[in-house]
Amino acid sequence: MSHEAGGLSPALSSVLERFLSGEVTALARAISIVEDERDGFEDLLHRVLTVGPSTCRVGFTGPPGAGKSTLVAGAAASYREHDERIGVIAVDPTSPYSGGALLGDRIRMNDLTTDPGIFIRSMATRGSLGGLATTTKEVLDLMDAFGFDRVLVETVGVGQTELAITAAADTVIVVLVPESGDAIQAMKAGLMEIADIFVVNKADRPGADRLAKQIRQALHLKAGHALKDIPAHHGVDLSNALRKERTTDAEAVEQGGWSIPVLSTVAHSGEGLPKLLEAVEAHRAWLQASGQLEACRRARARNRVQDVVEREMRRVARRSEFATELLESALDDIAERVETPYSVARRILDGLLR
Amino acid sequence: MSESIRKIRVLVAKPGLDGHDRGAKVIAAAFRDAGFEVIYTGLHQTPEMIVSAAVQEDVDVVAMSVLSGAHLTLFPRVKALLDDAGADHVLLTGGGIISEDDMAALDEQGIGKLFGPGTPTTAAIDYIREWFSTHEAV
Repeated sequence: MSHEAGGLSPALSSVLERFLSGEVTALARAISIVEDERDGFEDLLHRVLTVGPSTCRVGFTGPPGAGKSTLVAGAAASYREHDERIGVIAVDPTSPYSGGALLGDRIRMNDLTTDPGIFIRSMATRGSLGGLATTTKEVLDLMDAFGFDRVLVETVGVGQTELAITAAADTVIVVLVPESGDAIQAMKAGLMEIADIFVVNKADRPGADRLAKQIRQALHLKAGHALKDIPAHHGVDLSNALRKERTTDAEAVEQGGWSIPVLSTVAHSGEGLPKLLEAVEAHRAWLQASGQLEACRRARARNRVQDVVEREMRRVARRSEFATELLESALDDIAERVETPYSVARRILDGLLR
Repeated sequence: MSESIRKIRVLVAKPGLDGHDRGAKVIAAAFRDAGFEVIYTGLHQTPEMIVSAAVQEDVDVVAMSVLSGAHLTLFPRVKALLDDAGADHVLLTGGGIISEDDMAALDEQGIGKLFGPGTPTTAAIDYIREWFSTHEAV
């Protein structure tokens, strides 16, 4: 990595110059350069990241077919009504067999395609298992630096443990549908723990109210309010119980916490969308007031430095002739039990780090 | 310095009012299986929508399926918009019910190879790979 002036190749310099003057084709190309990890991509990122982070980063995650793309499209269209410039990153899976991918999230966003205030980019996971692509976080930084007011990120359809979005977004929206499962699913670890906002989408389907209630109850158990407001027998006054739940949530806010809302939407008709966007704003305000936003960004910066160092160390190790030769020559010794993989690794590390 | 993994990105687009997308879906799946990253935009795209998507996605190739007979209008229109948008490096190719005379006429206008009914998907894949190997962008 050379971060001196003039360290970029002529081609990258041209991309950088056009990027900084706001050319969309340059943003698109910069994303490709980062996504492919082409030569000099880290230098390009270094040059671009002199501003920010300033953009509000909102993540949408949830199982396949939950309506993430449609919600993102609806949210983007609403933000456009307020003249905000919106970036969208939509991630779909890469085939483990062919390495190819079919990226189809734009189908739900066709109405937005020709709006010059919206930039949509599809990314394939390329082997990453966390629900995002390996470079989605870097691409977020690029969009941030390009000057979008808001960037919306949609993960691949996830199950329970693909949680990379937590490290990438300021606000995480977990989108579920009535078919997503029962109360025990709602209490499980993983996906259910990362939401800043829950959305039960396709709320016009049977079971939506029940799922929303079960999520609220699970949140109460988590908050240590088990059974306090939730009658254990049948025939209760539901509206009363729900109101009490909200009252309980209010206490958490007074203590400086964030009370996780559970909202209902019908994405294809836009029903419930205004409330969702209000909740995003409220979470944003809370992040800023509580100092969490700053803490998040510091944590993100720490992780990024560690990631880059690790990536570079891995490259150095793989490309080192010393390491390769030592490894190849030691394979016989390992086979004969003279050496073990650990003793060889130790010798390589000692050599590399000396 | 980096271990670059360059993927061929292809926008598979279905312009105009013709609603027959079986061919587009078959070719999109074949491209995926060939290791390409395929952006599929669905039916009823205007040339403006196709070009906007091609620019944002920074694709190497736009592959259009045209079964409506409007290919002599649609291919040149998309080509012109791509050039205007600063994406003249993109290969515009495609397929559909297109006579050989029309293919020759479009070829003269700078449109890439077009494929008629009955073409094996491998022919399009080989053509794109071959093109890509000589046109790789920075």
